Amino acid sequence: MTNYLEFERPLAEIEGKAEELRAMARRSEGMDVEKEAAALDRKAAGMLDEIYRTLNAWQKAQVARHADRPHCKDYIARLFTEFTPLAGDRNFADDHAVMGGLARLQDRPVMVIGQEKGHDTKTRIERNFGMARPEGYRKAIRLMELADRFGLPVITLVDTPGAYPGKGAEERGQSEAIARATQKCLRIGVPLVSVIIGEGGSGGAVAFATANRIAMLEHSIYSVISPEGCASILWKDAEKMREAAAALRLTAQDLHKLGAIDRIVAEPKGGAHRDSLAAIDAVGKAIGAMLGELDGQEPDALRRARREKFVKMGSKGLAA
Amino acid sequence: MNWISNYVRPKINSLFSRREVPENLWSKCPECGTMLFHRELSDNLNVCTSCQHHMAITPRDRFAALFDGGVFVDVPVPAPVADPLHFRDQKRYPDRLKSAQKATGEAEAMLVGEGEMGRSTVVVAAQDFSFMGGSMGMYVGNAILAAAERAVERRCPLILFSAAGGARMQEGLLSLMQMPRTTVAVEMLKEAGLPYIVVLTHPTTGGVTASYAMLGDVQIAEPGALICFAGPRVIEQTIREKLPEGFQRAEYLLEHGMLDRVTHRTELRAELITICRMLTGLPPAVMGDLPAPAEGPEAASTASAEAAAAVLNGDPAK
Repeated sequence: MTNYLEFERPLAEIEGKAEELRAMARRSEGMDVEKEAAALDRKAAGMLDEIYRTLNAWQKAQVARHADRPHCKDYIARLFTEFTPLAGDRNFADDHAVMGGLARLQDRPVMVIGQEKGHDTKTRIERNFGMARPEGYRKAIRLMELADRFGLPVITLVDTPGAYPGKGAEERGQSEAIARATQKCLRIGVPLVSVIIGEGGSGGAVAFATANRIAMLEHSIYSVISPEGCASILWKDAEKMREAAAALRLTAQDLHKLGAIDRIVAEPKGGAHRDSLAAIDAVGKAIGAMLGELDGQEPDALRRARREKFVKMGSKGLAA
Repeated sequence: MNWISNYVRPKINSLFSRREVPENLWSKCPECGTMLFHRELSDNLNVCTSCQHHMAITPRDRFAALFDGGVFVDVPVPAPVADPLHFRDQKRYPDRLKSAQKATGEAEAMLVGEGEMGRSTVVVAAQDFSFMGGSMGMYVGNAILAAAERAVERRCPLILFSAAGGARMQEGLLSLMQMPRTTVAVEMLKEAGLPYIVVLTHPTTGGVTASYAMLGDVQIAEPGALICFAGPRVIEQTIREKLPEGFQRAEYLLEHGMLDRVTHRTELRAELITICRMLTGLPPAVMGDLPAPAEGPEAASTASAEAAAAVLNGDPAK
């Protein structure tokens, strides 16, 4: 059962018709509908292609948040072997919004860290919808430190609406935890590569993505504020999220032009949620390629390059 | 023209205008409602003399009170790409910038100065909340990088006064990228072994708090300052409960271990001098200059006492 987004409604209608036709044929023997159904399939495929080729910024935000989109957990399960989760910040708690641990990427030991949103009501609550508290950032800091000490490359998978805005999170130093995580990203002497696989939500994302190489999935987003938040502040109307999404330039394509990210990973036709395995494998390939570019570099060179990358970032704007 | 407009009207006008009182002579404390005379207020660095409420102060006024004799030089900040995203909400971003520049008389939301404080060199950067909410965009990032570079060059401390609603949305992801960018500036100071002191002022929120404003070697805040990542309204909407009194205020953060000190604005200068001198291995601040060649021994001692007060109060006159 596919979950359709609102702009996919015409597609849903055609796919529904094709299915109905086939169901009818199954009930009454001897009826041949395959020709008609196949025609509808072709039409649907063409439409899917067209819709996803011309997604606007707000539509991309919806795709990036799609419930069926593969999440951090799915990537770790398919791309890595011997994944050994490591828990806790050694101060207060273990944050389930952040998962991380030792793993092998094609036999090579690495540290993988990411935000996990959960896939149903129960797991979403358990994972706090991928919104980390200070413990989550401090866990990430601890794991990056560990990786640095033993020379393991760090791979981060970013998928979060943002850091959790809660009372306890503020009391325990949400800002300080994020600031320290960003600082740790800049300090480690091992390769650090990031992939934005869904939502790159503001400070909560940057704390994981201050990396040597940053990739984004084709229909993922990365932004300083959610389109809804921006609309309610600048337009004084949360319903203006379409305009806000467009103005913020939060798509992988725009950010690549701005020089804020290094590569775009193509998604299967109709988005990552229509073919999770293909999307995950594409990300795996990109991670391999990015690590390959960094192999053999000295710790100091990696650190220096990371700093220079961010100091230079933004020195050119979008072309007029 | 007849004789009325020529002769009588000016007289009537001048009668009326004489009764007008300039509007900005008195201001009302937003906290306790006391009417404060402008000179009294500025002498007290925009702190209410009755309830000690800390009102906003512009970076220039702050610098005038902070540096010895109020003397400092601007540290130039490289101009970033203007309007990198061609951003437009209800207004065009360049128009918003222009009106902020007109209203404040400043180029952007951060001012960087270099000068002496307690007779030793410091670089000071101050964020201007009145300029588009002090928001952090490429310019603020450039300013902090320039401030750190200058401090490293001079081998002196960097003192940073933060005040911002967060990142500048009109610069999209590039504003978010100022979080790592400014952290690079902090790292430059750490590596050079130079003190980086942050004074958090009202309000410091969002991506600013979650980057350079929380990475100081010493973290000081002004009394009553709102300091947070997510604002109280956002949190109330999320958790659907009322927040405790004083939540996310400087004193609350101090109590929760997130700050070193909460210091009254009028005592900040003396405290910053003390801390900077200790961190840079200098002897205690000399209370005053060497006595100037004077006629009698009595005159000399008064002069030195006066000079001592001048150094600590930043009084430019003496």
